[in-house]
Amino acid sequence: MFSFSSIEDYVSALQNGETTCEDVVSHYLSVIDSNKHLNAFLEVFADEAAARARQLDQDRNNGKPLGKLHGVVVGLKDVIAYKGHKLSASSKILEGFTSIYNATAVDRLLQEGAIIIGRQNCDEFAMGSSNENSAYGNVLNAADNKRVPGGSSGGSAVAVQAGMCMISLGSDTGGSVRQPADFCGIVGLKPTYGRVSRYGLIAYASSFDQIGIFAKSVADAALTLEVIAGEDDFDSTASKEPVVPYSSLLNSSNYNGAAPKKIGYFKEALEHPGLDPAISQSFNQFLKTLTAQGYIVEPIDFELLEYIVPAYYILTTAEASSNLSRFDGVKYGHRSAVPSEDLADFYKHNRSEGFGKEVKRRIMLGTFVLSAGYFDAYFTKAQQVRNILLKQTSAIFSRFDAIISPTVPTPAFELGSMNNDPIEMFLADIYTVFANLVGIPGISLPLFTHPNGMPFGVQVMTSHFSELALLRISEVFLQISEK
Amino acid sequence: MSYHDKYEAVIGLEVHAQLMTQSKLFSGDSTAFGAEPNTHVSPITLGHPGTLPKTNKEAVELAIRIGLACNCHIERYNYFARKNYFYPDLPKGYQVSQHTTPICKGGHVTIRTASGVRNVQLNRIHMEEDAGKSIHDIDDNNTCVDYNRAGVALVEIVTEPDLSSADEAYHYVTELRKLVRWLGVCDGNMEEGSLRCDANVSVRLKGETKLGTKVEVKNLNSIRNVKKAIEFEIDRMINVIEQGGTITQQTRSFDASNDTTFAIRDKEEANDYRYFPEPDLPPFRLTETFINDIKDAMPALPEELYTLYHQQYGLSEYDAAQLCLEKETTDYFNEVVKFTTNYKAASNWINGPVRQYVNEHKIAMDSFAVKPQQLAEVMQLIDEGKINFSVASSKLLPALLADGSKAPIQLATELNLIQVSDSNEIENWVAEVIAKMPEKVAEYKKGKKGLIGLFVGEVKKASKGKADPKVVTTLLEQKLSG
Repeated sequence: MFSFSSIEDYVSALQNGETTCEDVVSHYLSVIDSNKHLNAFLEVFADEAAARARQLDQDRNNGKPLGKLHGVVVGLKDVIAYKGHKLSASSKILEGFTSIYNATAVDRLLQEGAIIIGRQNCDEFAMGSSNENSAYGNVLNAADNKRVPGGSSGGSAVAVQAGMCMISLGSDTGGSVRQPADFCGIVGLKPTYGRVSRYGLIAYASSFDQIGIFAKSVADAALTLEVIAGEDDFDSTASKEPVVPYSSLLNSSNYNGAAPKKIGYFKEALEHPGLDPAISQSFNQFLKTLTAQGYIVEPIDFELLEYIVPAYYILTTAEASSNLSRFDGVKYGHRSAVPSEDLADFYKHNRSEGFGKEVKRRIMLGTFVLSAGYFDAYFTKAQQVRNILLKQTSAIFSRFDAIISPTVPTPAFELGSMNNDPIEMFLADIYTVFANLVGIPGISLPLFTHPNGMPFGVQVMTSHFSELALLRISEVFLQISEK
Repeated sequence: MSYHDKYEAVIGLEVHAQLMTQSKLFSGDSTAFGAEPNTHVSPITLGHPGTLPKTNKEAVELAIRIGLACNCHIERYNYFARKNYFYPDLPKGYQVSQHTTPICKGGHVTIRTASGVRNVQLNRIHMEEDAGKSIHDIDDNNTCVDYNRAGVALVEIVTEPDLSSADEAYHYVTELRKLVRWLGVCDGNMEEGSLRCDANVSVRLKGETKLGTKVEVKNLNSIRNVKKAIEFEIDRMINVIEQGGTITQQTRSFDASNDTTFAIRDKEEANDYRYFPEPDLPPFRLTETFINDIKDAMPALPEELYTLYHQQYGLSEYDAAQLCLEKETTDYFNEVVKFTTNYKAASNWINGPVRQYVNEHKIAMDSFAVKPQQLAEVMQLIDEGKINFSVASSKLLPALLADGSKAPIQLATELNLIQVSDSNEIENWVAEVIAKMPEKVAEYKKGKKGLIGLFVGEVKKASKGKADPKVVTTLLEQKLSG
């Protein structure tokens, strides 16, 4: 019986002949099969994954050099394009659509020997915090099937949580990787905006979206990031900043960067009325532990907290309303069977039938804030908030090495419990949207267990492109919390 | 219709020019015209989920090139915006455009009309992507869409409402088309739609400062149609006002079959395009070096050459303007005058027999096979009296076109075209002619001096064109007066 601990151990087991990719894939296929009720996967590429595993085994046995992710079993949130495979964004509007090209991240995974095992359920077009907005049904949290896994990358989080794959790629526009990682008790990394090419990631909000990584360990996340990160001719917002060998520098004592010592936290965030008392207590306790460990832990004055969620939702819905215009039933995807009187009618039918409720809500919100007469009051103001936040962020990182906060104010909630209150659902993004508004990297680390039995964690954020510092401090925090 | 004199027209033109880039504005797809429908369509052009744009640097260079040529201010900090609207030929549901923040601001295009030279003021030149083509007439039940054109790089060149007649508009578009071709920015082909023009026309009483209600006329696919449509519109609007009516703001289309316009949409549709900065493309800053490199690589502009030819080379305005019709002609002329200072002769040759030849053979001037140096040598032969112009253009030039490997002097010699200036030899021919035509000689001597032309012609015949006409004339006059 295969038991996964880390990619490093797995690869040495392969090299020692203790296991094979083929056996491992069949292990994962059976775990997926026995966890069907969690609804984490929309489609499993069983035969294909097995064939690729056999090929990789053969290559290894023939002495071919191994890719960095040789035999690593990966799942893709179904917003990431994989050539020749269906791509649905968990939406009916993409019914029957097959991608004709690979996302850059997928190309890079495959180049390094990864095995893609399936596409994973998520909130429709990555819009949601509970995975209850999928056209293909809810995803259940493996720790408690009555509870949500978080969202929007719910399926991807649960797949790693329940051992259905080693790594998942998700997308994080306002916390869609970190929040479900928090709810599911795993590591969830959102890199700096532009660290990973967005080419092939279905856009929700272009200036916020970033492909993120779910893993069981920081080391696995680091290795995966190293593979998928870097500049890309197909994405002009992808950064040319060189990619650091995160995996080898993660625990290296040769790392010549200063060890992060100054940790800041937003005082106002901890005074937030929606913050769960048990989370608050654990978090405050952790701050004390850090101080005891020699860290300088200080509050950061942050008066803009109440602006960040509104600014986030104005800007993301604005971009979304435009990004989702291409789903019109003309070139691909759902086309209504209802006869149309005219062109406007045709669009209305296709889009009304194809999109779900939350997506429509956000398209309408976004269309509204971009409309003549409202643009300045909403979009421009929100853009100003974003600019101020960006300035404050560089000020903060001139004083601190990292910012720490709870990832989410509450642990995973019960399915259906938030359905009637979209605003409350939006407000729960309070800790995660900051990183997307200013483009910095953030990670959710599974440190705690709630009295109700659910896992939860902390979020750590560092400055732009300092993923290495972020990953290194994450390793230390995990060690500290284990003590 | 004298009441027309009370009115003046105010016209602004919007010209869309497809840039001559190999690939589209935001993808690597080919821009070649005339391909099978939907063959130049990558997932990016088709707006497939997850695709992103990447700006074609060459398009930016071409936009700057036309901007510099029009004396525009080049904006250093640039970004694209999205213009959101739904239409089947718009794959992404938005057009990526610089509509709100053009790369080139202000500037002018110089035109020459019967009433003189003047600068037509530009408002801006901005970049944007073209849409696909909706085809409504090949399937009874469906509209077909060809996305080959979708994403092709365009510049939109927008004038101020600075034109006052159809004739000015005609000259402006002519000049602009010449300029974009000159610079290699656009092929200027209006029929294939690589250059498209919309006209905003309004009329008002002379002396009025407020603009009248404007009408936008679309579908002007030739320069002639630009003129005809504006003429029709001005006339129509004045008549409406004279009959007590008011002009409604409309979009109209031109019907080339009868040179009239008809309304497509009454007043602007209440379209809210919800412009916002394109988040998929980071803003870009143009460096001075980048702009200067473009400037340095630009060919001399027609206006500069016109001035050079007219003022420095002493050519007439007409000759200079004729030479400056196309860049290829000036290129050729400029090469020829490296080998001769007889500018007038060079101009006459190029505007004369050379142009006639290329027109007849429907080739461009840069495909004209006689090398500039050879033409200069031909001109030299004429200057030296070794051959005359008419023989040179009718015999030597075709010979050079047929065999460019030989020097003109060699060819002329081989073909026995070198004219004889030696008086002895010419005297024989002159004597021969005088002996042959005693009656004419008698008439001449009685005072019918006009007959000299006849004698010269006869000598020319006798010499098979080789006798130098100047020497012939002098000798004839001597002999006949004796």
